[in-house]
Amino acid sequence: MTEAFFSTHDWLCLVWFALLGVLLTGYAILDGFDLGVGILHPFLAKTDRERRILMNSIGPIWDGNEVWLVTFGGALFAAFPEAYATAFSAFYLPFMFLLFCLITRAVSLELRSKVEADSWRKLWDTLFFGSSLTATFLYGVAVGNIMIGIPLNPHHEFIGHFSDLIHPYSLFIGAVGVIAFSLHGALFLTLKTEGALQKRIRSYLWFFFWLFLGFYLIASLWTLISFPRASENFHLYPVLWVIPILNFLAVLNVSRAIALQRDRFAFFSSCCVLAAFVFLFMAALFPFILPAKTQLQNGLTLFNAASSETTLWIMLMIAIIGMPCVLAYTGIIYWTFRGKVKLDDHSY
Amino acid sequence: MELFDVVFLSRLQFALTIMFHYLFPPLSIGLGVILVYLGARHLQTKDPSFHQAQKFWTKIFALNFALGVASGIVMEFQFGTNWASYSRFVGDVFGSALAAEGIFAFFLESGFLAVLVFGWNRVGPKLHFISTVMVSLGSIFSSVWIVVANSWQQTPAGSHLVPMTRQILDSNGTILRDGMGRALIEPWVIDGVPVVRAEIVDFWQLLFNPSSLHRLTHVLLGCFIMGAFFVLSISSWYLLKKKHKVFAKRSFFGGLVLATISSVAIAISGHQQAQNVYLHQPAKLAAFEGHFKSDGPADLTLFGLPDSESNKTHYRLALPGVLSFLVHDDFTFSKPVLGLDRVRKEHRPPLWIPFITWRMMVGIGTFFILLTFTSWFLYFKGRLFECPWLFKIYVPSVILAVLANQAGWVAAEVGRQPWIVHPPIVKNTSGDFVLDQDQKIQYEKTTIKLQDGRSATITAGLKTSEGISKAIRGEEVIASIVLFTLIYLLLGGVWIFILNRKIQAGPDPAPKKYEPFKSQSAGLFEVPKKQDSHSRLIEDPHQSRSLKNSKKRKAKRND
Repeated sequence: MTEAFFSTHDWLCLVWFALLGVLLTGYAILDGFDLGVGILHPFLAKTDRERRILMNSIGPIWDGNEVWLVTFGGALFAAFPEAYATAFSAFYLPFMFLLFCLITRAVSLELRSKVEADSWRKLWDTLFFGSSLTATFLYGVAVGNIMIGIPLNPHHEFIGHFSDLIHPYSLFIGAVGVIAFSLHGALFLTLKTEGALQKRIRSYLWFFFWLFLGFYLIASLWTLISFPRASENFHLYPVLWVIPILNFLAVLNVSRAIALQRDRFAFFSSCCVLAAFVFLFMAALFPFILPAKTQLQNGLTLFNAASSETTLWIMLMIAIIGMPCVLAYTGIIYWTFRGKVKLDDHSY
Repeated sequence: MELFDVVFLSRLQFALTIMFHYLFPPLSIGLGVILVYLGARHLQTKDPSFHQAQKFWTKIFALNFALGVASGIVMEFQFGTNWASYSRFVGDVFGSALAAEGIFAFFLESGFLAVLVFGWNRVGPKLHFISTVMVSLGSIFSSVWIVVANSWQQTPAGSHLVPMTRQILDSNGTILRDGMGRALIEPWVIDGVPVVRAEIVDFWQLLFNPSSLHRLTHVLLGCFIMGAFFVLSISSWYLLKKKHKVFAKRSFFGGLVLATISSVAIAISGHQQAQNVYLHQPAKLAAFEGHFKSDGPADLTLFGLPDSESNKTHYRLALPGVLSFLVHDDFTFSKPVLGLDRVRKEHRPPLWIPFITWRMMVGIGTFFILLTFTSWFLYFKGRLFECPWLFKIYVPSVILAVLANQAGWVAAEVGRQPWIVHPPIVKNTSGDFVLDQDQKIQYEKTTIKLQDGRSATITAGLKTSEGISKAIRGEEVIASIVLFTLIYLLLGGVWIFILNRKIQAGPDPAPKKYEPFKSQSAGLFEVPKKQDSHSRLIEDPHQSRSLKNSKKRKAKRND
């Protein structure tokens, strides 16, 4: 087999594929913990005050975190319009449901504190929990389905049915997502809480860790056995082995840091785990961005999904100017709201 | 119209979700500017009542912003879910504006919003002010990009249509390559029809397409009117109820200044924009005006019932020659204005909705000018605050501001139909419309060269009906419409409920002396060292002890 030759356009496609990976990683790490907090808060907090502390740990930042998703969507639209169009129209109903959850999540956080009544707060707490859980699960299911591939015709139009998207593997990946974000959220909360609440959160960490480790191993095996295509790139480009190795080391490091009670280190390792997941996923897909399920020739490769060379260049300029600004704002905001949560009269 | 018609349903859903979303951004942009003003005045004068006003409006701003974000996420993804064919066609052009909006605007506003809303006790007054400016700038940038993207659909520029090519895959999904390792590329033709899309040629032309600056000015002024009338409405209500008098008077006055300037400016901008619409989308302006007759002087219809069957407006009350004057700045009141009789039936927008919404917008705008001028008249007579009837008009007029903003967009978007991307109109070198043999205007066509040497001629735009997702079905769209209707009804209700509570509660009393932020002496990024004073809301009896412990622990770690 001859070595694949990459044209300028191919390289730009690859760069944008990687940049999408960066945006997705940013989203997984940042919104990952606030989705995790959403899933965990009914179990970890005993009183209204504790619940407020958990809510306020993400209060000032959830909005900025969600922008990573919005920008990911915009970048996908601009850089790979065919993939954007095919994916979102294929996953129509689940996607509408995801949007529904994201709306509910945003407003329950905002509205909860506005009225003191118990029933009011309980309502928004329940909605916050439910929507965080469902959104996370749906992300996982989407990832699972893309790994499996979806039925496409030569127009790259989805020709399947809603039921095609419900597959044991994709549901399992959904569950992995929920557990990974829960662990991530719990680790984040150890940074943001103190005293009895922090102690209680710590006591759950091992439970989530072992659960995560189990699911992680099963998911890896399942992927290797059922989707041989996923590992092909690792034979072609052995340098990619770095990703799963780092992934595994990061997972081990989470447990080491939990044992040492080094909260920041544990959270940082969990961030690395999520980043490695995103890049593993992408390495497994390449050269596809959206593989087809049965008629493999209809799958969307990066090149076939991409915008023109001019647009990819323009977008790259926009990213080069914009991303340092984004990182600077994000840095300022996290710095301003660093440290343990303190409730004041501006809190939720 | 068929019940399960996916195009109709998707348009309905888009209208529902965008109109709900657009309740919030104009208010965010308008209030944002007001917050910047209050912050600047506070820094400048150290007058605590500016700080009081800042805090009050920030609370409302935050609530409004959260709903804007929540309903805005839907918008970005709906292009892909319901309008996949459109997304494939425009992604190369439209997508970059949307991505730029994300990177340049959303991160800016959402990030600094945190400091604006939660940061009162965490940052110094200067950084807090900078954050306010950033949030306001972010929301304005966001409108810039989205209006640019929308304007490109109205008056495309800086782009061309290109037949697509693609890599060939074998049945195993492997990319076929030649001996050099190059991927084999073929023209993408399906059933003999080449797949075509719009691609960027010149980014700056795209950015400054013929309508973007006109429309951006108009949209932003609409937002300022929204913010101004919101403030006017609430402060009028306080004045009527004789509550928070000092605060209400000052807010009313500030709102009045902004409302007057914006109302006059938007009339001028609207006039210029309408002339621009005539140049690029004559059918749209004809629908706005209910104008059918292209020959002779054009009258301006005030009221009437336009009828697309008989090409006439019934029961018409019109000012003779005024449309000629408005469109061409023609003081002879006689130059002809192209009407719907020169537009083929299949290229005409629906008549009723643009005709009515256009009238609503212009009517409300005119009313605002009259209302604000009356207020100034009373002000100079020294009787402004003694006229309860005036406040009774101002209280509900915020609803008119919402309606005008919505109506303007409805007119613009429905008036663009049947196109989702409106092709340019064929004109000769002196800028006149070139008519075809049937005396109708023509839409530009492009000839594209296919790789095999043949060429094909296609219209340089996209019909709305061709933009739909082929993978979705009517039932699915109905399901999502029901879902959105329910959640938006709920949210709208809750929004009004909470807004009402905040308004009822009113601003906190202004502090006696100037002590804006607890961290006055601290540096920009420094967190105030003593935060205990803010923890008074915490009822935990063990709290003080655990705080001390944590401090001890921290001290130990620092050692």
